[in-house]
Amino acid sequence: MALFRARALFCRCFSTSASHPTHICVVGSGPAGFYTAEKLLKALPNAQVDIIDRLPTPFGLVRSGVAPDHPETKIVVNQFTRVAQHQRCSFFGNIKLGSSISLSDLRELYHTVVLAYGAESDRSLKIPGEDWYGIHSAREFVWWYNGHPDCRNLNPGLKTTDTAVILGQGNVALDVARILLRPTSELGSTDIASHALEALQESSIRKVLLVGRRGPVQAACTAKELREVLGIKNLHIHIREADLLKSPTDEEEVKNSRIQRRVYELLAKAAASGPPHSGTGLRELHFVFFRKPEEFLSSVDEKDHVAGVRFEKTVLEGSSPGKQIARGTGEFEDLDCQMVLKSIGYKSVPIDGLPFDHQKGIVPNIRGRVVSYISGDAIQLEEGLYVCGWLKRGPTGIIATNLYCAQETVASICEDLDKTASGSSFSSSSKPGREGLIHALDDQNVRFVPFSAWEKIDSVEKRLGSLKNKPREKLTTWEELLKVAME
Amino acid sequence: MSLFKLSRNGVRMLKELFIGNSLLVTKASHVRGPFFKYLRTLPQPQPQVQVLQGFKWQEQRLYSTSGPQNGCNEENEPKETISVTFVLKDGEEQQIEVPVGMSMLEAAHQNDIELEGACEGSLACSTCHVIVMDMDYYNKIEEPVDEENDMLDLAFGLTETSRLGCQVIAKPELDGIRLAIPAATRNFAVDGFTPKPH
Repeated sequence: MALFRARALFCRCFSTSASHPTHICVVGSGPAGFYTAEKLLKALPNAQVDIIDRLPTPFGLVRSGVAPDHPETKIVVNQFTRVAQHQRCSFFGNIKLGSSISLSDLRELYHTVVLAYGAESDRSLKIPGEDWYGIHSAREFVWWYNGHPDCRNLNPGLKTTDTAVILGQGNVALDVARILLRPTSELGSTDIASHALEALQESSIRKVLLVGRRGPVQAACTAKELREVLGIKNLHIHIREADLLKSPTDEEEVKNSRIQRRVYELLAKAAASGPPHSGTGLRELHFVFFRKPEEFLSSVDEKDHVAGVRFEKTVLEGSSPGKQIARGTGEFEDLDCQMVLKSIGYKSVPIDGLPFDHQKGIVPNIRGRVVSYISGDAIQLEEGLYVCGWLKRGPTGIIATNLYCAQETVASICEDLDKTASGSSFSSSSKPGREGLIHALDDQNVRFVPFSAWEKIDSVEKRLGSLKNKPREKLTTWEELLKVAME
Repeated sequence: MSLFKLSRNGVRMLKELFIGNSLLVTKASHVRGPFFKYLRTLPQPQPQVQVLQGFKWQEQRLYSTSGPQNGCNEENEPKETISVTFVLKDGEEQQIEVPVGMSMLEAAHQNDIELEGACEGSLACSTCHVIVMDMDYYNKIEEPVDEENDMLDLAFGLTETSRLGCQVIAKPELDGIRLAIPAATRNFAVDGFTPKPH
């Protein structure tokens, strides 16, 4: 299809090649960025689309978020690569918005700027001890095992403990649990970062607790990831029977949501599957429901080292399905562990000159159009500025969610371009676009990584991987990545 | 897990091979392509790598524009096709002929019908979601495996007769089937769909 589409676009481009192309810059090269670029190229035959990314490598969380043992999920990079290779599209890696170039400069250079730079920070629990040694966000841990250059040196202490607590029960939590518990022999043939594989091979973790504030009906994971973690070899699953009891509101939730029903059924089935098989090297995964973290407990010997978590037991409150919240009961329970991974959600990072809703952690927008302020009925929009992906709707959803998200943002862009073209001076205003960007970067002495340089990194990684029977051996430091890219 | 999935696919394919219509033996020699490829890879030691090779190969198939042959006519037998109507996002209909044994995803792509296929038919996404418009036809398709249901959980605008296009394989009983491609933007923007966490 893509080939057909590309060909169709190619022809259209020749027949309509306008004297003033519409210059569009997409910031961020993850799924949201690439789907936006793809839809823009298709919808606007005279658009020149530039995708910039702060890393020398494209594909965002497909590279640094999707688990190494999910190679099928990463196949979408084939489609993104065809977008990047489109003749009206260019990739500029190693360009950080806000330092390599400012947002206001970018908006001067391009008719339209779409921000799709995702969520590179973490929600915080706001409880005592959160910054202690042994506590990481799941995002950092995921970046670490996926070879993201910013978490190359995370060094989670896998050798100093036999128990890890994961706060949260979404798919990221399940990914992290699976990586901790899966036999490393099975991970060895994935594209997992070699520093992570080595650390996992020496890991002493035998027990992982996945802790959620609410019950099994409200678990935020999906069936695929749950089925996977439940199917790990030599892993005993602990779920307390009592936690599986459903209230009438729970019953209603399960009835209304296919996904919650199937997740619940999997958990119930796992709980019923009986006592552990005896055997050496048996590992344990505990699903702990109705527990809210209250504070971190420090080690007696080493101050500021986590040694446990104090949880408050909870009950669900509220009778409307899907809206039940966990309320503390005043009863507490301590769990010992020397490692905690917080998997309670990602958070977007604001930048200078960009309206930002700190509460929701997103850029306020209407169907992708960035809103500068709302007072009463008056809504002031930021002209030519749009958002897509996690920055637009918050850090949830699967890769495909970005497809629909991009469709919506691109529809808004097209409507606005049509309006300005028919009315104002926009049609005649030309912008420097790509050439201007290259000039500006040159002035700042910033060296960008074009897509062809990523392809060099890609082929080096694949070659290194083939020596180890891995699909690729990722380059995991900025130095290595830039060295190969700039050679 | 890939090995697991692979074997699931393998089992499913085996099942299809022996499901009672003598497809494989007499007609539609292209069936051999993907199925045998998968089966052959099963006993090999590095499942992940093999899976990826399989995908690469499949991709070539998917995006090949080499005309009607597509490597499926090796024995020069008359090719059996069925008629499939796609109801597109804008409501327009497009009728195509699909060789027996070919998936609806592949058929859509070969006919330039806009159906996403992010994972290229490896049961790792829900972007090739189609709605079978007639319950009778829906019942003629083999039950979805768990892995397909897991993906359908996340499909936009899921209905009782939803399937993944990559898992619906053309067979004579499906001649005349109508498949709607859901207009996902509508679901996304208006129906207040809240996507599940990644």
